Amino acid sequence: METATSALTPSFPVMIGNQAESVMEDSDAKETARNTVGTPFVDAPRMTCRNVDVFYDEKQAIRNVSIDVDQNEVLAMIGPSGCGKSTFLRCLNRMNDTVSSCRVTGSILLDGTDIYHPSVDVVPLRAKVGMVFQKPNPFPKSIYDNIAYGPRIHGLTQNRSELDEIVETSLKKAGLWKEVRDRLNDPGTSLSGGQQQRLCIARAIAISPEVILMDEPCSALDPIATAIVEELIAELRTQFSIVVVTHAMQQAARISQRTAYFHLGNLIEVGATEKIFTNPLHQLTEDYITGRFG
Amino acid sequence: MSIYSFTLPVIVFLALAAYFAGYRKALAVAGQSGGIRSLHSLPMHYGLVAAMASALPAITLLAGWHLAEDKVITAIITGELPKQLAQLPASELSLVLNEIKNIAFGGFSAATSSPAIQDAAVRYVELERTFRTIITVGIVAAASVPPVFILKKISPTLRARNLMEKALMVFLVGCSTVAILTTLGIVLSVLFEALRFFQAIPLVDFIFGLQWSPQTAIRADQAGSSGAFGAVPVFAGTILIATIAMSVAIPVGLLAAIYLSEYASPRFRTWTKPVLEILAGIPTVVYGFFAALTVAPLIRDAGSVVGLAVSSESALAAGLVMGIMIIPFVSSLSDDVIHAVPQTMRDGSLGLGATRFETIRYVILPAALPGIVGSILLAVSRAIGETMIVVMAAGLSANLSFNPLTAVTTVTVQIVTLLVGDQEFDSPKTLAAFALGLLLFVFTLVLNFIALRVVRKYREQYE
Repeated sequence: METATSALTPSFPVMIGNQAESVMEDSDAKETARNTVGTPFVDAPRMTCRNVDVFYDEKQAIRNVSIDVDQNEVLAMIGPSGCGKSTFLRCLNRMNDTVSSCRVTGSILLDGTDIYHPSVDVVPLRAKVGMVFQKPNPFPKSIYDNIAYGPRIHGLTQNRSELDEIVETSLKKAGLWKEVRDRLNDPGTSLSGGQQQRLCIARAIAISPEVILMDEPCSALDPIATAIVEELIAELRTQFSIVVVTHAMQQAARISQRTAYFHLGNLIEVGATEKIFTNPLHQLTEDYITGRFG
Repeated sequence: MSIYSFTLPVIVFLALAAYFAGYRKALAVAGQSGGIRSLHSLPMHYGLVAAMASALPAITLLAGWHLAEDKVITAIITGELPKQLAQLPASELSLVLNEIKNIAFGGFSAATSSPAIQDAAVRYVELERTFRTIITVGIVAAASVPPVFILKKISPTLRARNLMEKALMVFLVGCSTVAILTTLGIVLSVLFEALRFFQAIPLVDFIFGLQWSPQTAIRADQAGSSGAFGAVPVFAGTILIATIAMSVAIPVGLLAAIYLSEYASPRFRTWTKPVLEILAGIPTVVYGFFAALTVAPLIRDAGSVVGLAVSSESALAAGLVMGIMIIPFVSSLSDDVIHAVPQTMRDGSLGLGATRFETIRYVILPAALPGIVGSILLAVSRAIGETMIVVMAAGLSANLSFNPLTAVTTVTVQIVTLLVGDQEFDSPKTLAAFALGLLLFVFTLVLNFIALRVVRKYREQYE
C-alpha cells in the first residue's frame, strides 16, 4: 500500500496549476506522485472544496481532494470504477448524510458558505444543489406531479397557473415539452428510459438550483437518448453549473469544459478537457485515457 | 395391524429401487451410445420416471382401496345377513352394522349380541384380512411391474425430463386445486345449512331485523316462543368493535412501521420488529382476560369519575384490546412494504430538498399503499373474526347501540354461543349460526372487493 501512505501526506496547498504546467510541459516526463496536478482552481468559483476526506467507517474513500466548480461550466469527473468520483459528487449536496457510516472532513463552500457547517440546513442546500441519478428515478406519479413536486414542497408558487408555468418551462428546458404536452397526467414511469431521465432533469431544474450534480446520467440510456441528454447538458450550462460523473471518456470530451481524473480516492489531475485528453500531465491520467487500464 | 405399516415401506423401497435401476440403466445406455451428453435427459430424470412409474400406481391402488374398503365389505356383509336383519329400514340397519363392526374390532363384548351378528362380525374380520392380502399383493405388483417396462424403454431418445416436468406441473395443479376445492366445500356446506335456515326465517327478516334473541322456548305457550333472528344488532356490534380496534391498530401500527423502516437504526429495527411480533403470538384468551379483568374495570372506573355510566362489559374494552392485538399485523407487513420501496425513490426526493417527512408523506406512502392496505385488510379480517376477546370483555347481549360504553355482541360470538353444547341441527336456532357465517363471509368479501378497487385507483406503481 505504498500509494496509500504517500497519499496521506498533506499536499495542500496544491501546486498552483499554471506553475505546474510550465514545469511539466518542458520535459516529456510525466508526473507520478499522488498530488493533484493541473488547474483545480478557478478565479470566481461557485463551489470550493478544500482538503476533503471521506470515510466509510474506518475505510477512507476520498483522500485530500481540493477542487473548484466554476460558474456556468460543465465539470466532468472520470476515473475507473470505485475511484470515489460518485462518493465525492454526493458530498457536494450532502446526499452522503443518508449513509450513517459516512464521515466527511475538510471544507466545501457554496457561494462562500460552508455546507457542512452545523448551522446549515440540508433542505435549502439541496434545493440549490440539485441531483440527477444514474438510473432514471421518476416518482410513481403523473408527469406533471413529478415536476411540480419540488416547487410544491418548497412553496415556490402561489397558485395553479404559476405552477403550470414552472412545469411547462422546466419541461421545455429539458426538451421534453413537445413529447409530453398532451399527456401530463400519464404516470412518469410510462415514459421511455431517455424521456424518464430528461424528466428527472426537468424535475431538478424546476426548483432553479445553482448547481446540478449528475451521477452517470446516461449510463442506463441508449445512444440516441444519450445524444439528446448530452445536448441538453450543453444547453443547461448557460444557466447552471453542472458536475457530471461519467464512465464514458468520449462523453466527458464532448460535453465538459474541464475534466477531473480520480484514481483510488485521489484527485490526480484537473484541467481543460481538451488538454486532459490530448496532453495529460500525469502518468496515471495518460494510462487511463489511452486505455491502458480502467 | 394397519395396512400402511407394511405397504408404505414396501412402496418406498420399490420406488427407490426403481430409481436406482433407472439411473443405472441410463448410465449404461449412455456408455454404449457415447457419453451422458448423447442422452436426451440426465440419468436422474430417467431414474425419477422409473420411480414414478413404480410409486404412482401403487399409491393410487392403496388410496383407492382405503376409500372403498368399508363400503365393499359392508355391502358383502349386508348381502349375507339373515333376512329379518337385511330387510330392516336403513337407519336401523346402520345400527346393526355398527354393532357388527364394534364386535369385529373388539370394542364390545360379543356376549349380548345375537348369533347372526356374532357370525357376521367374524365374517367381517375374515373378509378384511382376505382383501388386504389381495390388495397388498396387488400393490407390490403395481409397484414393481410398470418400472420394468419403463426400464426397457430407456434409450437416448426417451424424453424423461419432459415427462418429469409434466408430472411436476400436474402435482402443482393438484395442490392448488385442493385449496380451491376446500374453500368451495366450506362455502357450500355453510350455504346449504343457511338455505335451510332461510326456509324457516325469511331472508329479509334476517338481514333487516332489529331484534336478535335466538333462544327459542321449548314449548309454544312459553314467552319468547318464536325467537327473533334479526342480524342487524349483531353486525352492528361487530362493526362497532372492529372500528374501535382498527382506530387503535391502524395509526399505532402504521406509525410504528414508518418509524421502524425510515427512522430507526438497522440494529434497533432487527431487535424491535420481532418483539413487536410477539404481540401476535399471545393467545387471544390471554388478551381476553386482560380485557375483562384489567381494561374493562379501568374504563368503568374512569367513566364513573367523569360521570358516565359504563357497563363492566363494554365494546370499548374489547375493541381497545383487540386493537393492541392487531398492531403487529399492520406494523410488520407495512414495515416490509415500506422497506421494499426502492432507495432511488428516497434519493430522488431528498435530492430535491424534501425533508424526510415530506419524502415519506408524498413519495414512500403512496408507493407502498397497496401493501399497506393489504395489511390493514388482513387486520380487519382478524378483527371481524376475533371471538375470544369479545366473549370475555364485551358480553353476549345483542344491544343495537353504537355507544362504545355499552355491552354488545358480535357475529362470531353469537355463532359460538349458538353451537356450543348439545344442539339439534334442525331448529332455526342452530341453523342461524350458518346464516350468520354466510352473511359474515359475504360481508368480508365485499369489504375486500371495495378495498381492492380503492387501491387500484390510488396506488402509485413504481416499476
